[in-house]
Amino acid sequence: MPQLDDVIARLECAEHLEELQNVIEWLCDHYAVDDMVYHWVSSNGTQYGCGTYDPKWVARYLEKGYLRIDPVVLGCYQRFHPVDWKRLDWSSKAAPAFMADAMEHGIGNQGYSIPIRGPNGQFALFTVSHSCSDDEWHSFTELNRRDLILLAHYFNQTALKLEPGRAPEPTQPLSPREVETMTLLAVGYSRAQVAETLSISEHTLRV
Amino acid sequence: MIRYLYADQLSQFPRLGRTMFEDRADQFRTRLGWDVTVNDAGQERDEYDDLNPLYVIWEKADGSHGGSMRFLPTTGRTMVNEHFLDLTHGVPFQSPLIWECTRFCLSRNTEPGTAAALMLAGGEIMQGFGVRHFVGVFDARMVRIYNRIGAAPEVLGTQGEGRQSVGVGLWEFSEAAQKQVSRVAGVPLDASRAWFDAAFGDVVPQPCMTAA
Repeated sequence: MPQLDDVIARLECAEHLEELQNVIEWLCDHYAVDDMVYHWVSSNGTQYGCGTYDPKWVARYLEKGYLRIDPVVLGCYQRFHPVDWKRLDWSSKAAPAFMADAMEHGIGNQGYSIPIRGPNGQFALFTVSHSCSDDEWHSFTELNRRDLILLAHYFNQTALKLEPGRAPEPTQPLSPREVETMTLLAVGYSRAQVAETLSISEHTLRV
Repeated sequence: MIRYLYADQLSQFPRLGRTMFEDRADQFRTRLGWDVTVNDAGQERDEYDDLNPLYVIWEKADGSHGGSMRFLPTTGRTMVNEHFLDLTHGVPFQSPLIWECTRFCLSRNTEPGTAAALMLAGGEIMQGFGVRHFVGVFDARMVRIYNRIGAAPEVLGTQGEGRQSVGVGLWEFSEAAQKQVSRVAGVPLDASRAWFDAAFGDVVPQPCMTAA
Protein backbone atom coordinates (compact mmCIF):
# COMPACT_ATOMS: atom_id res chain seq x y z
CA MET A 1 0.00 0.00 0.00
CA PRO A 2 1.85 3.11 -1.17
CA GLN A 3 -0.16 5.36 1.15
CA LEU A 4 1.22 3.52 4.15
CA ASP A 5 4.76 4.12 2.91
CA ASP A 6 3.95 7.82 2.58
CA VAL A 7 2.70 7.98 6.13
CA ILE A 8 5.75 6.17 7.44
CA ALA A 9 8.00 8.54 5.51
CA ARG A 10 6.11 11.47 7.00
CA LEU A 11 6.62 10.06 10.49
CA GLU A 12 10.29 9.49 9.85
CA CYS A 13 10.78 13.09 8.74
CA ALA A 14 8.68 14.58 11.53
CA GLU A 15 10.49 17.26 13.47
CA HIS A 16 7.88 18.14 16.06
CA LEU A 17 5.48 16.12 18.14
CA GLU A 18 2.58 18.14 16.66
CA GLU A 19 3.28 16.35 13.42
CA LEU A 20 2.29 13.09 15.10
CA GLN A 21 -1.06 14.63 15.93
CA ASN A 22 -1.57 15.67 12.30
CA VAL A 23 -0.66 12.24 11.04
CA ILE A 24 -2.92 10.42 13.46
CA GLU A 25 -5.87 12.63 12.49
CA TRP A 26 -5.20 11.92 8.83
CA LEU A 27 -4.98 8.18 9.49
CA CYS A 28 -8.20 8.19 11.44
CA ASP A 29 -9.95 9.73 8.41
CA HIS A 30 -8.17 7.44 6.01
CA TYR A 31 -9.26 4.27 7.81
CA ALA A 32 -12.69 5.78 8.52
CA VAL A 33 -12.63 4.86 12.19
CA ASP A 34 -13.91 6.89 15.14
CA ASP A 35 -10.65 7.17 17.02
CA MET A 36 -6.97 6.45 16.88
CA VAL A 37 -4.64 7.04 19.81
CA TYR A 38 -0.94 6.70 20.57
CA HIS A 39 -0.35 6.64 24.30
CA TRP A 40 3.02 6.50 26.05
CA VAL A 41 3.05 5.69 29.74
CA SER A 42 6.44 6.59 31.10
CA SER A 43 8.04 4.98 34.09
CA ASN A 44 7.21 7.82 36.48
CA GLY A 45 3.54 7.55 35.61
CA THR A 46 3.38 10.62 33.38
CA GLN A 47 1.59 10.13 30.12
CA TYR A 48 2.17 11.45 26.68
CA GLY A 49 0.10 10.86 23.65
CA CYS A 50 -1.63 12.07 20.59
CA GLY A 51 -4.91 11.06 19.13
CA THR A 52 -8.45 11.89 18.32
CA TYR A 53 -10.25 11.27 21.61
CA ASP A 54 -12.45 14.12 22.79
CA PRO A 55 -10.25 16.30 25.05
CA LYS A 56 -13.02 16.09 27.62
CA TRP A 57 -12.49 12.32 27.81
CA VAL A 58 -8.72 12.71 28.06
CA ALA A 59 -9.13 15.19 30.93
CA ARG A 60 -11.65 12.92 32.59
CA TYR A 61 -9.30 9.91 32.18
CA LEU A 62 -6.46 11.78 33.86
CA GLU A 63 -8.64 13.29 36.59
CA LYS A 64 -10.09 9.91 37.52
CA GLY A 65 -6.73 8.13 37.35
CA TYR A 66 -8.24 5.60 34.94
CA LEU A 67 -4.77 4.50 33.93
CA ARG A 68 -4.74 2.32 37.02
CA ILE A 69 -7.95 0.46 36.22
CA ASP A 70 -8.23 0.62 32.43
CA PRO A 71 -8.48 -3.05 31.34
CA VAL A 72 -6.73 -2.15 28.07
CA VAL A 73 -3.66 -0.76 29.83
CA LEU A 74 -3.62 -3.55 32.42
CA GLY A 75 -4.07 -6.21 29.75
CA CYS A 76 -1.35 -4.85 27.49
CA TYR A 77 1.30 -3.91 30.00
CA GLN A 78 4.15 -6.47 30.08
CA ARG A 79 2.78 -8.04 26.88
CA PHE A 80 3.78 -7.64 23.25
CA HIS A 81 0.91 -9.16 21.30
CA PRO A 82 -1.86 -7.02 19.81
CA VAL A 83 -5.29 -7.55 21.29
CA ASP A 84 -8.94 -7.02 20.44
CA TRP A 85 -10.66 -5.38 23.42
CA LYS A 86 -13.14 -8.24 23.44
CA ARG A 87 -10.36 -10.60 24.49
CA LEU A 88 -9.39 -8.56 27.55
CA ASP A 89 -10.43 -9.16 31.12
CA TRP A 90 -13.36 -6.85 31.92
CA SER A 91 -14.32 -8.59 35.12
CA SER A 92 -12.67 -6.19 37.58
CA LYS A 93 -14.83 -4.23 40.01
CA ALA A 94 -13.90 -0.90 38.47
CA ALA A 95 -14.36 -1.89 34.83
CA PRO A 96 -18.14 -1.46 34.42
CA ALA A 97 -18.21 2.14 35.66
CA PHE A 98 -15.16 2.96 33.57
CA MET A 99 -16.81 1.42 30.52
CA ALA A 100 -20.01 3.36 31.06
CA ASP A 101 -18.11 6.61 31.51
CA ALA A 102 -16.10 6.02 28.33
CA MET A 103 -19.26 5.33 26.35
CA GLU A 104 -20.81 8.50 27.68
CA HIS A 105 -17.80 10.35 26.26
CA GLY A 106 -18.38 8.82 22.85
CA ILE A 107 -15.75 6.11 22.85
CA GLY A 108 -16.63 3.29 20.46
CA ASN A 109 -17.67 -0.18 21.52
CA GLN A 110 -14.85 -1.84 19.58
CA GLY A 111 -11.14 -1.50 20.03
CA TYR A 112 -7.84 -2.99 18.97
CA SER A 113 -4.70 -2.15 20.91
CA ILE A 114 -1.08 -2.81 20.11
CA PRO A 115 1.39 -2.78 22.99
CA ILE A 116 4.83 -1.47 22.18
CA ARG A 117 7.90 -2.53 24.07
CA GLY A 118 10.57 0.11 23.65
CA PRO A 119 14.08 0.50 25.05
CA ASN A 120 14.68 0.07 28.79
CA GLY A 121 11.19 -1.04 29.61
CA GLN A 122 9.45 1.80 27.78
CA PHE A 123 5.77 1.03 27.32
CA ALA A 124 3.35 2.55 24.83
CA LEU A 125 0.04 1.64 23.29
CA PHE A 126 -1.42 2.27 19.88
CA THR A 127 -5.20 1.94 19.80
CA VAL A 128 -7.89 2.08 17.15
CA SER A 129 -11.47 2.22 18.26
CA HIS A 130 -14.80 2.37 16.51
CA SER A 131 -18.54 1.84 16.89
CA CYS A 132 -19.71 -1.09 14.83
CA SER A 133 -20.76 -4.72 15.00
CA ASP A 134 -18.43 -7.51 16.04
CA ASP A 135 -18.35 -8.89 12.49
CA GLU A 136 -17.49 -5.57 10.91
CA TRP A 137 -14.76 -5.03 13.46
CA HIS A 138 -13.33 -8.48 12.90
CA SER A 139 -13.11 -7.83 9.15
CA PHE A 140 -11.51 -4.45 9.72
CA THR A 141 -8.83 -5.72 12.08
CA GLU A 142 -8.07 -8.79 9.95
CA LEU A 143 -7.63 -6.60 6.89
CA ASN A 144 -5.57 -3.85 8.51
CA ARG A 145 -3.78 -5.53 11.36
CA ARG A 146 -0.30 -5.53 9.88
CA ASP A 147 -0.60 -1.89 8.78
CA LEU A 148 -1.64 -0.94 12.28
CA ILE A 149 1.23 -2.88 13.85
CA LEU A 150 3.68 -1.08 11.57
CA LEU A 151 2.11 2.31 12.26
CA ALA A 152 2.24 1.68 16.01
CA HIS A 153 5.93 0.94 15.68
CA TYR A 154 6.68 4.06 13.64
CA PHE A 155 4.70 6.31 15.98
CA ASN A 156 6.77 5.02 18.85
CA GLN A 157 10.06 5.38 16.97
CA THR A 158 9.17 8.97 16.14
CA ALA A 159 8.06 9.77 19.68
CA LEU A 160 11.30 8.35 21.05
CA LYS A 161 13.33 10.35 18.58
CA LEU A 162 11.56 13.66 19.15
CA GLU A 163 11.30 13.56 22.90
CA PRO A 164 14.55 12.14 24.22
CA GLY A 165 13.84 13.79 27.58
CA ARG A 166 10.88 11.45 27.87
CA ALA A 167 12.88 8.36 27.14
CA PRO A 168 13.58 6.49 30.34
CA GLU A 169 17.24 7.40 30.16
CA PRO A 170 17.53 10.43 32.48
CA THR A 171 20.87 11.87 33.62
CA GLN A 172 21.01 9.29 36.36
CA PRO A 173 19.70 6.27 34.51
CA LEU A 174 17.44 3.83 36.29
CA SER A 175 18.20 0.16 35.93
CA PRO A 176 15.79 -1.80 33.74
CA ARG A 177 14.46 -3.43 36.91
CA GLU A 178 13.84 -0.04 38.53
CA VAL A 179 12.05 1.17 35.42
CA GLU A 180 9.93 -1.96 35.47
CA THR A 181 9.09 -1.44 39.12
CA MET A 182 8.11 2.20 38.61
CA THR A 183 5.99 1.36 35.60
CA LEU A 184 4.19 -1.45 37.38
CA LEU A 185 3.45 0.89 40.28
CA ALA A 186 2.37 3.59 37.85
CA VAL A 187 -0.19 1.34 36.21
CA GLY A 188 -1.61 0.45 39.57
CA TYR A 189 0.06 -2.74 40.75
CA SER A 190 0.36 -3.00 44.52
CA ARG A 191 3.82 -3.30 46.03
CA ALA A 192 3.13 -6.96 46.77
CA GLN A 193 2.08 -7.61 43.16
CA VAL A 194 5.17 -5.85 41.84
CA ALA A 195 7.41 -7.91 44.11
CA GLU A 196 5.64 -11.09 42.97
CA THR A 197 5.83 -10.15 39.29
CA LEU A 198 9.53 -9.34 39.47
CA SER A 199 10.31 -12.28 41.76
CA ILE A 200 11.89 -10.07 44.41
CA SER A 201 11.00 -9.48 48.04
CA GLU A 202 8.92 -6.46 49.03
CA HIS A 203 11.88 -5.39 51.12
CA THR A 204 14.12 -5.33 48.05
CA LEU A 205 11.52 -3.26 46.22
CA ARG A 206 12.06 -0.16 48.43
CA VAL A 207 10.37 2.35 46.13
CA MET B 1 -1.64 -29.54 25.52
CA ILE B 2 -0.04 -26.30 24.41
CA ARG B 3 0.22 -23.43 26.87
CA TYR B 4 1.18 -19.90 25.97
CA LEU B 5 2.68 -18.21 29.02
CA TYR B 6 4.56 -14.98 29.50
CA ALA B 7 7.40 -15.32 32.03
CA ASP B 8 5.38 -13.48 34.67
CA GLN B 9 2.66 -16.15 34.36
CA LEU B 10 4.97 -19.13 34.92
CA SER B 11 4.50 -18.93 38.69
CA GLN B 12 0.92 -20.08 38.14
CA PHE B 13 2.33 -23.34 36.74
CA PRO B 14 5.30 -24.02 39.03
CA ARG B 15 5.93 -27.60 37.91
CA LEU B 16 5.69 -26.73 34.23
CA GLY B 17 8.10 -23.81 34.60
CA ARG B 18 10.60 -25.71 36.72
CA THR B 19 10.71 -28.74 34.43
CA MET B 20 11.06 -26.49 31.36
CA PHE B 21 14.23 -24.87 32.72
CA GLU B 22 15.53 -28.30 33.84
CA ASP B 23 14.88 -29.81 30.40
CA ARG B 24 16.64 -26.83 28.83
CA ALA B 25 19.70 -27.58 30.99
CA ASP B 26 19.50 -31.22 29.89
CA GLN B 27 19.22 -30.37 26.21
CA PHE B 28 21.54 -27.41 25.82
CA ARG B 29 24.28 -28.27 28.31
CA THR B 30 24.19 -32.03 28.84
CA ARG B 31 23.22 -33.20 25.36
CA LEU B 32 24.48 -30.42 23.09
CA GLY B 33 27.32 -29.15 25.24
CA TRP B 34 26.49 -25.50 24.56
CA ASP B 35 28.10 -22.88 26.75
CA VAL B 36 24.97 -22.04 28.76
CA THR B 37 24.50 -21.11 32.40
CA VAL B 38 22.88 -23.68 34.66
CA ASN B 39 22.03 -22.58 38.21
CA ASP B 40 22.32 -24.56 41.45
CA ALA B 41 18.80 -25.86 40.97
CA GLY B 42 19.85 -27.43 37.67
CA GLN B 43 17.91 -24.92 35.56
CA GLU B 44 19.20 -23.26 32.41
CA ARG B 45 18.29 -19.57 32.22
CA ASP B 46 19.78 -16.64 30.38
CA GLU B 47 19.40 -12.87 30.30
CA TYR B 48 16.54 -13.07 27.80
CA ASP B 49 14.40 -15.00 30.26
CA ASP B 50 14.44 -11.80 32.34
CA LEU B 51 12.76 -9.77 29.58
CA ASN B 52 9.33 -11.31 30.15
CA PRO B 53 9.35 -13.38 26.96
CA LEU B 54 6.41 -15.44 25.78
CA TYR B 55 6.92 -19.20 26.18
CA VAL B 56 5.04 -21.72 24.12
CA ILE B 57 5.08 -24.98 26.05
CA TRP B 58 3.86 -28.50 25.38
CA GLU B 59 2.47 -29.67 28.72
CA LYS B 60 2.37 -33.43 29.26
CA ALA B 61 -0.59 -35.11 30.89
CA ASP B 62 1.21 -35.12 34.26
CA GLY B 63 1.67 -31.34 34.13
CA SER B 64 5.37 -31.42 33.31
CA HIS B 65 7.26 -29.95 30.38
CA GLY B 66 7.42 -31.86 27.10
CA GLY B 67 8.87 -29.18 24.86
CA SER B 68 8.97 -25.43 24.48
CA MET B 69 10.23 -22.38 22.68
CA ARG B 70 10.66 -18.74 23.65
CA PHE B 71 9.52 -15.63 21.80
CA LEU B 72 10.60 -12.00 21.99
CA PRO B 73 9.77 -9.07 19.70
CA THR B 74 12.73 -8.05 17.55
CA THR B 75 11.96 -4.38 18.24
CA GLY B 76 13.51 -4.99 21.67
CA ARG B 77 16.62 -6.88 22.77
CA THR B 78 17.11 -10.23 21.09
CA MET B 79 19.68 -12.99 21.08
CA VAL B 80 20.05 -13.01 17.31
CA ASN B 81 20.87 -9.30 17.18
CA GLU B 82 23.19 -9.37 20.17
CA HIS B 83 25.04 -12.66 19.63
CA PHE B 84 24.58 -13.99 16.11
CA LEU B 85 25.06 -11.03 13.78
CA ASP B 86 27.97 -12.84 12.13
CA LEU B 87 25.47 -15.42 10.89
CA THR B 88 23.20 -12.82 9.31
CA HIS B 89 25.95 -10.91 7.47
CA GLY B 90 25.78 -8.26 10.17
CA VAL B 91 22.17 -7.38 9.41
CA PRO B 92 20.07 -6.99 12.58
CA PHE B 93 16.47 -8.20 12.52
CA GLN B 94 14.28 -5.39 13.72
CA SER B 95 10.63 -5.35 12.75
CA PRO B 96 7.32 -5.38 14.57
CA LEU B 97 6.33 -8.15 12.13
CA ILE B 98 9.24 -10.43 13.06
CA TRP B 99 9.49 -12.19 16.41
CA GLU B 100 12.52 -14.05 17.62
CA CYS B 101 12.17 -17.72 18.53
CA THR B 102 14.92 -19.28 20.65
CA ARG B 103 15.57 -22.16 23.07
CA PHE B 104 13.53 -24.65 21.06
CA CYS B 105 13.70 -27.58 23.45
CA LEU B 106 12.33 -31.11 23.60
CA SER B 107 12.25 -33.20 26.75
CA ARG B 108 13.99 -36.59 26.44
CA ASN B 109 10.81 -38.48 27.15
CA THR B 110 8.12 -36.39 25.55
CA GLU B 111 5.34 -37.73 23.35
CA PRO B 112 5.98 -38.07 19.61
CA GLY B 113 4.48 -35.12 17.80
CA THR B 114 5.65 -32.58 20.36
CA ALA B 115 7.94 -30.72 17.96
CA ALA B 116 5.15 -30.52 15.40
CA ALA B 117 2.66 -29.36 18.03
CA LEU B 118 5.02 -26.51 18.94
CA MET B 119 5.36 -25.56 15.27
CA LEU B 120 1.59 -25.60 14.98
CA ALA B 121 1.44 -23.19 17.91
CA GLY B 122 3.98 -20.99 16.15
CA GLY B 123 1.55 -20.84 13.24
CA GLU B 124 -1.23 -19.75 15.59
CA ILE B 125 0.94 -16.90 16.81
CA MET B 126 1.68 -15.75 13.27
CA GLN B 127 -1.95 -15.93 12.29
CA GLY B 128 -3.36 -14.53 15.50
CA PHE B 129 -0.93 -11.67 16.00
CA GLY B 130 -0.10 -10.62 12.46
CA VAL B 131 3.51 -11.80 12.72
CA ARG B 132 5.03 -12.43 9.31
CA HIS B 133 8.28 -14.21 10.22
CA PHE B 134 10.07 -15.80 13.10
CA VAL B 135 13.81 -15.49 13.20
CA GLY B 136 15.19 -18.40 15.14
CA VAL B 137 18.37 -19.60 16.74
CA PHE B 138 18.53 -23.40 16.85
CA ASP B 139 20.63 -26.54 17.02
CA ALA B 140 21.48 -26.76 13.32
CA ARG B 141 20.85 -30.49 13.24
CA MET B 142 17.20 -29.77 14.04
CA VAL B 143 16.73 -28.66 10.42
CA ARG B 144 16.13 -32.29 9.42
CA ILE B 145 13.38 -32.55 12.01
CA TYR B 146 11.85 -29.23 10.96
CA ASN B 147 11.83 -30.44 7.37
CA ARG B 148 10.16 -33.69 8.30
CA ILE B 149 7.48 -31.85 10.24
CA GLY B 150 6.80 -29.61 7.27
CA ALA B 151 7.99 -26.41 8.93
CA ALA B 152 11.36 -25.86 7.33
CA PRO B 153 13.14 -22.59 8.01
CA GLU B 154 15.14 -20.70 5.44
CA VAL B 155 18.59 -21.20 6.96
CA LEU B 156 20.51 -17.92 6.95
CA GLY B 157 23.71 -19.23 8.40
CA THR B 158 25.30 -21.79 10.69
CA GLN B 159 28.39 -21.93 12.84
CA GLY B 160 30.20 -24.72 14.68
CA GLU B 161 30.30 -28.42 14.03
CA GLY B 162 28.28 -31.45 15.09
CA ARG B 163 26.43 -31.16 18.39
CA GLN B 164 27.52 -27.59 18.81
CA SER B 165 26.41 -26.30 15.43
CA VAL B 166 24.06 -23.36 15.77
CA GLY B 167 21.83 -22.10 13.01
CA VAL B 168 19.92 -18.90 12.40
CA GLY B 169 16.86 -19.20 10.20
CA LEU B 170 13.67 -17.55 9.14
CA TRP B 171 10.21 -19.14 9.30
CA GLU B 172 7.14 -18.16 7.34
CA PHE B 173 3.56 -19.28 7.67
CA SER B 174 1.41 -20.88 5.05
CA GLU B 175 -1.98 -22.44 5.51
CA ALA B 176 -0.95 -25.56 3.61
CA ALA B 177 2.07 -26.01 5.86
CA GLN B 178 -0.13 -25.55 8.89
CA LYS B 179 -2.36 -28.45 7.76
CA GLN B 180 0.59 -30.76 7.27
CA VAL B 181 2.10 -29.82 10.62
CA SER B 182 -1.27 -30.48 12.23
CA ARG B 183 -1.29 -34.00 10.77
CA VAL B 184 2.23 -34.74 11.93
CA ALA B 185 1.46 -33.39 15.40
CA GLY B 186 -1.71 -35.41 15.66
CA VAL B 187 -3.41 -32.23 16.83
CA PRO B 188 -6.50 -31.09 14.92
CA LEU B 189 -6.49 -27.45 13.81
CA ASP B 190 -9.51 -26.56 15.92
CA ALA B 191 -7.90 -28.00 19.07
CA SER B 192 -4.82 -25.94 18.36
CA ARG B 193 -6.95 -22.82 17.93
CA ALA B 194 -8.84 -23.58 21.13
CA TRP B 195 -5.58 -23.67 23.14
CA PHE B 196 -4.56 -20.37 21.62
CA ASP B 197 -7.91 -18.79 22.45
CA ALA B 198 -7.82 -20.17 25.98
CA ALA B 199 -4.48 -18.44 26.51
CA PHE B 200 -5.23 -15.08 24.96
CA GLY B 201 -8.88 -14.64 25.86
CA ASP B 202 -11.89 -15.89 24.01
CA VAL B 203 -13.78 -13.27 22.12
CA VAL B 204 -16.70 -12.27 24.29
CA PRO B 205 -19.33 -10.70 22.06
CA GLN B 206 -20.39 -7.67 24.01
CA PRO B 207 -22.10 -4.75 22.39
CA CYS B 208 -21.15 -2.10 24.91
CA MET B 209 -17.53 -2.40 25.70
CA THR B 210 -15.28 0.61 25.73
CA ALA B 211 -12.00 1.81 27.04
CA ALA B 212 -9.18 4.16 26.40
